[in-house]
Amino acid sequence: MKVLVTVKEVAEVADDFEIEGTEVGERYLEYDLNEWDDYAVEEAVQLKEDGPAEEVVTVTIGPERSEETIRMALAKGADRAVRVWDDALEEPDLLDVETKTNLLQAVVEEEDPDLVLTGVQAGDDAFGATGVSLADELGFQWGAVVNALDYDADENVAHVHRELEGGVEELTDIELPAVLTIQTGINEPRYASLRGIRQAQSKEISPKSLGDIGLDADAVESDLTLTSMYEPESESDVEIFDGDASETAGKLAEVLREKGVAE
Amino acid sequence: MSDVLAVAEHRRGELRDVSFELLSAGRMLADQTGGDLHVAVVGGDTDGFADELDREGVDAIHTVSEGEEFNHDIYAQAVEALHADLDPQVLLMPNSVNGLDYAPAVANRLDLPLATDAVDFEYDDGLTVTREMYGSKVETTVEVGGDQYAVTIRGAEWPAAESVGDAEISEFDADIDTDTGSVVTGFEEVGGGDVDISEADFIVSIGRGIEEEDNLPLIEDLVEATDATLASSRPIVDNGWLPKNRQVGQSGKVVTPTVYLAIGISGAVQHVAGMKGADNIIAVNTDPNAPIFDIADYGIVGDLFDVVPELIEEFE
Repeated sequence: MKVLVTVKEVAEVADDFEIEGTEVGERYLEYDLNEWDDYAVEEAVQLKEDGPAEEVVTVTIGPERSEETIRMALAKGADRAVRVWDDALEEPDLLDVETKTNLLQAVVEEEDPDLVLTGVQAGDDAFGATGVSLADELGFQWGAVVNALDYDADENVAHVHRELEGGVEELTDIELPAVLTIQTGINEPRYASLRGIRQAQSKEISPKSLGDIGLDADAVESDLTLTSMYEPESESDVEIFDGDASETAGKLAEVLREKGVAE
Repeated sequence: MSDVLAVAEHRRGELRDVSFELLSAGRMLADQTGGDLHVAVVGGDTDGFADELDREGVDAIHTVSEGEEFNHDIYAQAVEALHADLDPQVLLMPNSVNGLDYAPAVANRLDLPLATDAVDFEYDDGLTVTREMYGSKVETTVEVGGDQYAVTIRGAEWPAAESVGDAEISEFDADIDTDTGSVVTGFEEVGGGDVDISEADFIVSIGRGIEEEDNLPLIEDLVEATDATLASSRPIVDNGWLPKNRQVGQSGKVVTPTVYLAIGISGAVQHVAGMKGADNIIAVNTDPNAPIFDIADYGIVGDLFDVVPELIEEFE
């Protein structure tokens, strides 16, 4: 079977940063592979190593810069990558779920995978919705927040655990083709080996424009407009201990004694 | 078309807290749109759930008797059918694991713009939603286009509706195809183990800040010196450094100790959901802007590798 993994390059914000208008200043951002997608890539690569999957393809919505991140996924074992971009995608400052669904749907229909893995959410905009929306649009089955996956080739069914709140997991059987959104902790993502990094250089990343996947600029008109961005106000009046490590530890110890939890 | 439709959530025979928070959020929004608040409950003991959901501010409750537990195919069909019947302006759903398993499908089917994980919103001739980005480091306001919307709300952001109401309760007969492609086969409690952190009085909890597994003994020394109970945030358990029964948070345990000492924990919302009930929260973190300081009572802005050895010395 063929597994398609959605891979997003996300921006991470430095400890200290400034907001410029409705954006975090570019110099405070670092780009990286979305944490949840890292687990999705690993799960796909393991499906290939264990036998059921013949090919692992990644798909990314992102500008040329994101190829660095895509290479990380290739270095970890994905076979090839598709990258969709168009200048029209630079316009909206917040891509809505529908737009991402439209773009990914076009690629999925072209690639025709049996299984699509996505991260549960992206570390930057944190919508947590694209995978399920995509499945519905494709007419695929789906499962959200999957933290264990056992594929049964005879039945073409994915036996999954969905991680609910409060330490409870739901056991669900999902027929393929399906989209599963992958939760962190499902596996242990590998580091890219030097050999993998070298090999990744020769793997194919196909850039696609909107036209290449049969869409036009209407497909990227976002319903969401970011109107303001600010640092959240502190809800508490936290008492910060001043001083060097010894002084602050001393004050902390005093509080612990005062509260009666340590002597 | 100015009404609000909120979809309740239940699991294993009980309505979840977020259901009652949805009622408060829904009432607030319906007051702004000038419409009624409708509530839907799908599956399980719908009559019993409807009685419980009949709180002040709720105008109508619609029950859909299909299935015992949550199934996304059934929920998506039921909510789609109710939406077609009621034509509400805003569809509110929980931003829970199950909410995220059907809300995006419903929004897609109904062609509604979707704003997830709302912590606030305001309607004034259009909907504006407040959400966080970059792991809660920034808050944003987002204008949602169109004239009908789908929104999922974060748990514990609105108070739970309490007083008894006098809503009209009726059964909604949705035409549901029960031949679903996914089947729930059971539930499993995870964790277990030797220690129940939810019973602990003093918790020392660690996060990403400890950097690597080799640094764990330093924290264990502190735990031993202070007779505390060791817990952690999600990444530590994901890495396999501590077992699942030590995880505090939305997908782990909820704890209510006298003191919760958070070391190297940034304070992601999923983690905070599990520990904000502590009497005293103390945070040690290098980042003065870490969200954990927003809920902490005491804090040290500093390197845990400097502070923890000093703290151990205090108690040895």
